[in-house]
Amino acid sequence: MTAAATTTAPQPIPAPVPDPSPPEPSIHDFPLPSALLHPSSEPPTLITQGAEGRVYRTTWVDAGRECALKHRPAKPYRHPVLDARLTRHRILSEARILQKCRREGVAVPALYGVDEAAGLLALEWIPGAPVRVCVNGWIARRKERRRRLADGAVGDESKAQEGQDNSEPAVVAEVTADEEGADVLMDLLRRMGEAVGRLHKSGVVHGDLTTSNLMLRPWEKGKAPSNGHAETEQAAEESLDGEIVIIDFGLASQGTADEDRAVDLYVLERAFGSTHPKAEGLFPVVLDGYRGTFKGAPVVLKKLEDVRMRGRKRSMLG
Amino acid sequence: MLETVTLEHVPTSHSVHVAVFRNVTNAEFLQSQLLSRNADFEYAFIDASTVISRFHLLSAVYKAITVELSGSMKTPNVHSEIISEAYRRYGIQPSTKDVVVVKVLISRDDAPSTATSEDVAKHLETHVQGDPAPFSDDELARLTDWSKLRKYHKLNGVNYVEGIKDEQTKKRELELLVVSAMSLRGL
Repeated sequence: MTAAATTTAPQPIPAPVPDPSPPEPSIHDFPLPSALLHPSSEPPTLITQGAEGRVYRTTWVDAGRECALKHRPAKPYRHPVLDARLTRHRILSEARILQKCRREGVAVPALYGVDEAAGLLALEWIPGAPVRVCVNGWIARRKERRRRLADGAVGDESKAQEGQDNSEPAVVAEVTADEEGADVLMDLLRRMGEAVGRLHKSGVVHGDLTTSNLMLRPWEKGKAPSNGHAETEQAAEESLDGEIVIIDFGLASQGTADEDRAVDLYVLERAFGSTHPKAEGLFPVVLDGYRGTFKGAPVVLKKLEDVRMRGRKRSMLG
Repeated sequence: MLETVTLEHVPTSHSVHVAVFRNVTNAEFLQSQLLSRNADFEYAFIDASTVISRFHLLSAVYKAITVELSGSMKTPNVHSEIISEAYRRYGIQPSTKDVVVVKVLISRDDAPSTATSEDVAKHLETHVQGDPAPFSDDELARLTDWSKLRKYHKLNGVNYVEGIKDEQTKKRELELLVVSAMSLRGL
């Protein structure tokens, strides 16, 4: 269930209306989970769809409480007994890992409910936007700012330079650490590294770290540091201020192996580079943030260098 | 003081009714009715000291209803299912002072129920000797025994919660930890 894989789809798609006489299930067919067939104050909306299942945004227990409902439907092409066992195993593994993280104080969604037989996991709804959206928004605003500046400069100076526009490279240039306004982005990257570090420290490896699986949540009352006060979704998204919350533990596992931790960082590094090529050069700031979070972090970073040399898969040779 | 609560994603065949009584003097009688499986006393009588909030209690009710709907109950009825460890930890004890009562009325085509919330209210009023209180977060918070809850849910080793300065945030974190722990119980 890789919410990360979907790079577009900020707009929730309305959930299909329950059909009173559903057709025969097929491989491509995801029926609504039975829980969502009963009345609720707001109709559920489909947020993401991955290979393993779907995520719905809906209410939980009371009308004022939002949740993310993850559904792993039965796979009709798999043997039913095996399918039930696999679904149960994955749901429970994800639920236990989330609870472990929360007990350790790692910012992840709270667990509201588990129905392993139905393939359902109800999680706290995390307000805010994915880091992917926040970083891209920051880069888009920078570009807009630079374009306006360049246009202004062109207007002020000579029309002669138009056409061989030499201001264009500045508009699309890579982000550098020392440029004006980059401090908030660097701060965000550092917090990302710290969040991953705290996760690893608690004995959990995520397995699918991307900037889509890191949410930037507006600070909750009583948790904001003295310098942070973006308490609304929009403020957090624009100022890049807020708390990093790690989501989607569908591929996570428990463990403390340096190798697995390094692969986690490597996956994030690669994902970051391809999602935000303009900011790729700033990724070391994430690693700087990571470095200080636990005693074993420097060893993991050393290991990361090996992983980079050979890629994510461990060599079958030697 | 019986409140009818509408839960999300619950079929209309099921209705949930909750009441809170303080200073209950006949807890022993109520427990004995449960233990003897007296059908007239098919309620979930819960020791209020083990309840954190409406969300905490209603999460348990919701789970019990889904288990009942799926036909995989491990206990005799939806009320005992509400508190999977009923009659022991969360259930009423002879020494219980404050009680949260839950009644789930189920009306199916093949087994229609004629009971109404008025019937439930009247029955409770007659048989529970105590002071009716509102089923509110404030009231429940006053009755919560945190030392008991921390022990049940093994929360004493959870250091980060102790570091939260804002009391409200701290309580919310603990509430979510308990709800999570509850959702994983028995799995």
